[in-house]
Amino acid sequence: MIKAILIFNNHGKPRLIRFYQYFAEDMQQQIIRETFHLVSKRDDNVCNFLEGGSLIGGSDYKLIYRHYATLYFVFCVDSSESELGILDLIQVFVETLDKCFENVCELDLIFHMDKVHYILQEVVMGGMVLETNMNEIIAQVEVQNRLEKSESLPFILH
Amino acid sequence: MALKIVKGSIDRMFDKNLQDLVRGIRNHKEDEAKYISTCIDEIKQELKQDNIAVKANAVCKLTYLQMLGYDVSWAAFNIVEVMSSSKFTYKRIGYLAASQCFHESTDVIMLTTNQIRKDLSSPNQYDTGVALTGLSCFVTPDLARDLANDIMTLMSHTKPYIRKKAVLIMYKVFLKYPESLRPAFPRLKEKLEDPDPGVQSAAVNVICELARRNPKNYLSLAPLFFKLMTSSTNNWVLIKIIKLFGALTPLEPRLGKKLIEPLTNLIHRIYLFFSQILHHLSAITLVCFSWLIAFLFFITVLISLSSGMPNHSASIQLCVQKLRILIEDSDQNLKYLGLLAMSKILKTHPKSVQSHKDLILQCLDDKDESIRLRALDLLYGMVSKKNLMEIVKKLMLHVDKAEGTTYRDELLTKIIDICSQSNYQYITNFEWYISILVELTRLEGTRHGHLIASQMLDVAIRVKAIRVFAVAQMATLLDNAHMLTGNTQRNGICEVLYAAAWICGEFSEHLENPMETLEAMLRPKVATLPGHIQAVYVQNAAKLFATVLKSQEGNTDSTTAQEASQLMIDRLPLFVQSANLEVQERASCILQLVKYIQKLQQKDVEVSEEVCALFAGELNPVAPKAQKKVPIPDGLDLDAWINEPPSESESEDEQPKAIFSKEEPKHSRPRHTEVDEKELARRREARKQEQANNPFYIKASPSSQKVYQETPGVEHIPVVQIDLSVPLKVPGLPMSDQYVKLEEERRQKERAEKKKKDKKKRKEKRSGRGKKHDSGPESEEDITPAHMVDIVTEEMPENALPSDDDERDPADPHKALDIDLDKPLADSEKLPVRSHRAAEVLKSPAEDEEGENVSSLEPKKKSSKEKREKKKDKDKDRKVKMLFESGLSETWERRLISVMLTFIFLFYSFDRKAYDIQGNLQDGSQVVVSVIFENKCDSFLKSMEFNVLDSLNSKLQRPEGSGPHDSLTIPFQLPPGVSNEARFVFTVQSIIMPQKLKGTLTFIVKNEESSTHEKLDFKLHFTCTSYLITTPCYSDAFAKLLESGDLKSSSIRLEGVNMPFHHLLARICFHHHFSVVERIDSCASMYSRSIQGHHVCLLVKISSQTVSVDAKCDEPTLLGNVLDEIKQTFSQC
Repeated sequence: MIKAILIFNNHGKPRLIRFYQYFAEDMQQQIIRETFHLVSKRDDNVCNFLEGGSLIGGSDYKLIYRHYATLYFVFCVDSSESELGILDLIQVFVETLDKCFENVCELDLIFHMDKVHYILQEVVMGGMVLETNMNEIIAQVEVQNRLEKSESLPFILH
Repeated sequence: MALKIVKGSIDRMFDKNLQDLVRGIRNHKEDEAKYISTCIDEIKQELKQDNIAVKANAVCKLTYLQMLGYDVSWAAFNIVEVMSSSKFTYKRIGYLAASQCFHESTDVIMLTTNQIRKDLSSPNQYDTGVALTGLSCFVTPDLARDLANDIMTLMSHTKPYIRKKAVLIMYKVFLKYPESLRPAFPRLKEKLEDPDPGVQSAAVNVICELARRNPKNYLSLAPLFFKLMTSSTNNWVLIKIIKLFGALTPLEPRLGKKLIEPLTNLIHRIYLFFSQILHHLSAITLVCFSWLIAFLFFITVLISLSSGMPNHSASIQLCVQKLRILIEDSDQNLKYLGLLAMSKILKTHPKSVQSHKDLILQCLDDKDESIRLRALDLLYGMVSKKNLMEIVKKLMLHVDKAEGTTYRDELLTKIIDICSQSNYQYITNFEWYISILVELTRLEGTRHGHLIASQMLDVAIRVKAIRVFAVAQMATLLDNAHMLTGNTQRNGICEVLYAAAWICGEFSEHLENPMETLEAMLRPKVATLPGHIQAVYVQNAAKLFATVLKSQEGNTDSTTAQEASQLMIDRLPLFVQSANLEVQERASCILQLVKYIQKLQQKDVEVSEEVCALFAGELNPVAPKAQKKVPIPDGLDLDAWINEPPSESESEDEQPKAIFSKEEPKHSRPRHTEVDEKELARRREARKQEQANNPFYIKASPSSQKVYQETPGVEHIPVVQIDLSVPLKVPGLPMSDQYVKLEEERRQKERAEKKKKDKKKRKEKRSGRGKKHDSGPESEEDITPAHMVDIVTEEMPENALPSDDDERDPADPHKALDIDLDKPLADSEKLPVRSHRAAEVLKSPAEDEEGENVSSLEPKKKSSKEKREKKKDKDKDRKVKMLFESGLSETWERRLISVMLTFIFLFYSFDRKAYDIQGNLQDGSQVVVSVIFENKCDSFLKSMEFNVLDSLNSKLQRPEGSGPHDSLTIPFQLPPGVSNEARFVFTVQSIIMPQKLKGTLTFIVKNEESSTHEKLDFKLHFTCTSYLITTPCYSDAFAKLLESGDLKSSSIRLEGVNMPFHHLLARICFHHHFSVVERIDSCASMYSRSIQGHHVCLLVKISSQTVSVDAKCDEPTLLGNVLDEIKQTFSQC
């Protein structure tokens, strides 16, 4: 199970947070800070796994992260997930974002947090991996975008 | 009304949307909080408006603010409003917000049940999808219970997109509502063989997640998973299954035997591939990615499989060697995973990992903390009597080098863990261990002082032989206490003084110079220590004092004893003034005692014996679980009332009294008896007394507190700060290194002696069998402990219960899911099914005519208006072109000319084309028919009504109050190209005969010009097979069943069956709901059970295209019909 997915930038500013277990808002912010602290002090050439922070469950949980340019993508998972599998999933997720936003950059995530959430919802559901096939994910996201568009058109015409 | 909408959209134009909000926040960097608070005010205004678009926009912005840490739970109701919008766009916003901020205690969740149910059955699959996604994040036990049945239905939805989500969410439902697991499990199992890979992977995911916690319940699925493993190409599925096997094989060794050969082959193949690409790797490329994953986990599985099979040590050697290559690789991720896999192997095959100790120690120097921690973890399992000292020595070096307190603390705990594991099993020399502990006290700023302290106490108490040494060490430690207490504020290490003081006091008879230690314990600086440590100091000073007196007994010169008393009398007042109550109390007690003793001493009275008696007796360690294990004596019922439970009317303050005060007869007169003057006065006096003694009672004059005010506070005591940046050698303490050397010498000597002995023996035994192993590496058992160590085991109560109780946390939700899944379903295990859908629809006919989802929360009037608008729009686009196509029988084709409507019944009966008739799992007389209606024409279909001509035996369940011939309204309309599923419940009396029911479907075809009424006739064929439910059965239960003799037998022969036997079996399983009990070569026994509990047993044999089926069942008619249906299945192919 995935316990949380956090995306924040090099300064620790959250760009997307998705907790699959309830934490109060202030606790969520503390977890983000702690995770950022743990992840940001690591070099780029060390491994992508580390033991979870004390706030999010301690050593039963692992943080698996990737660092892309200005953004950190961090998944907090328990022992049932395979480490490399999650790394792969992060890659799939980022590549999907790249396709959906056409050369994704931090600004896309800043201004379209909702859309990023909708894409993520097609990848992970309730903390379980839903789909790993990028084409399938993109197809579903696009159908829903079209649906949204078709709904907004008649409204404006009126 | 149009105006209102226009107004709404204009409003919307002026509102900030999410992008504007983000931009605004970015432009107000200095006063962000202020800007956001104005934004929240705006949002509050927007939420008050009626326009749903405005509301949705506001909720979307709130979701963003929630990410920034703002609590938005106040808008929960508005979120529910947006969720219930009929538009997908808004619905999605609402569900997103809900999934981000709802949780179990959000009370508006209760309001969402109906809305979610409506969305789940929405004709638009994306509405359903969004609802499922949202629900997966905030499902509560109530929601899980109410919606379990709806979600279970969705597991067989036509769209794989919905199926996979429904399957996945079932896991969450199980967690919240464990009762649903058994009813849902058969369907979940079916989904393992779903044609869609996504659904399959979801099912694997869920079952693996379940099996991880309770593997034994899922053993029966092993063959199925084995099949999946060999056929699946999806890496995710593969990994999950392999992990699952990892959990299953320890429970079923036969499984391991079966797996080991294919796996060994695979490992070689993968390794070959792997070694080819390894050279080209700088970082992990995606090409080898999946291979690597598979590789690593095949290894770990292989290992767990082969546990208990000694002849597979070769393959383990192979694995470990490959892992070594991974660890030596430059890529950090591989290194990490290699170490991780090693630790898994270590559990079953410690020997093969131990030979790579050098590599792991090397990893301790890695720059990456994650890898260092992994290596540490491995070391824990690798120690043996032989290498413990060496490993700990290495670790101590790292402690000195380590930067950052977290890692150093981790090292410290690991050292202690390693040494103390399994009751100090690997420690051969406790003097060495004590000196290690003492060395550890030199760590500055560690949080683990108490850990070291408890180790010191534990060792000193339990290892009697070490006490002399330990006491000497502790005395030195106390003497040098100033080095540890340098900066108490942030230093946890002073905790060790607690242990040191206690050990010196308790075992003071071993002290060389008790007087000196006594002096050290009563230094003024002690008063700067934390209160609980001071208390121990004071108490143990008294013990030491007693020892000093005892040692001086009989000595004519009593100066030493008197000096001791004087010392106590001089120093103790400092503690009497302590702010800590415990210290104060003990000190004043002891001070008075010593004063009294001094008086006696001056009269030359021997007192030492009496003083020693104060501290007589030995303290033994008690096992942590001892209390729990005390058996309850016969006849003692802990739950029974000692007294009659107090009646409700009794006032609260009397209740606790009732236990102790003498029992007053209940019927006696009321309590307030007359009290005379004398008694009153006495009571007043008593109360005053009590107030005077009560420290919490605020008295008029604080005279009694003066003492504290006059004495100087702790702050006034001068504390000399000592800079301890350089690790100091505590003078007089032996270094642990010396012990390593000594131990080495000792062992060598021992070995030499042994050799001599051996030689002697050999000389004596020359005639015996040739050579014995002489100078080989010494084995574990050869190392004898330095001194005879008696490790006192912890005390347990007499006749303690031997059972090891469940270690699992009672709050663990998975405990509730430990359910036997193979047992047939009982009637009581119904999933709560809401009344039939059609019935629900009838209650609100207005809504159904509109055919749209009207939220129960939304004002009805407005929404229906909006919808009418929309519908007009749709009607325009409708085309007249009509065609007909049928997926069904000929009768249909003839009938439908103008309308193209496919009436696809989900199949489960034998001819595979018909419809899904399933026995209701929970009710023996109910059959549920799921029908999928698909509109293939270009017109709009509405007002669909379903009717069946009831027979004597089978009746369509109609809502209460309707006549036996009334038709059921189907609760949805079908726009062109849309399909939806409806379910109908039939009550069936007898299930032993197949039957056909005639029925009609009427509906209105609406297009631009006209609307016409159309009718479709159809037949429902209830086969006997559809009354059977796949029920697993164990072979022993099966054998018993056959032996019971209650079953009638019958048999058929099928000629010319041209298919492999396992296909044949699969076919019977699939079409006729049987499960295979046992298969031996070309013979198999199968089992199924009808909804009314008839057992059906088959024995299937094949020989040269002829299949014979011998069957037994307690109902011969049913059996005959089932066999006929089986025959038909095979005659068709």
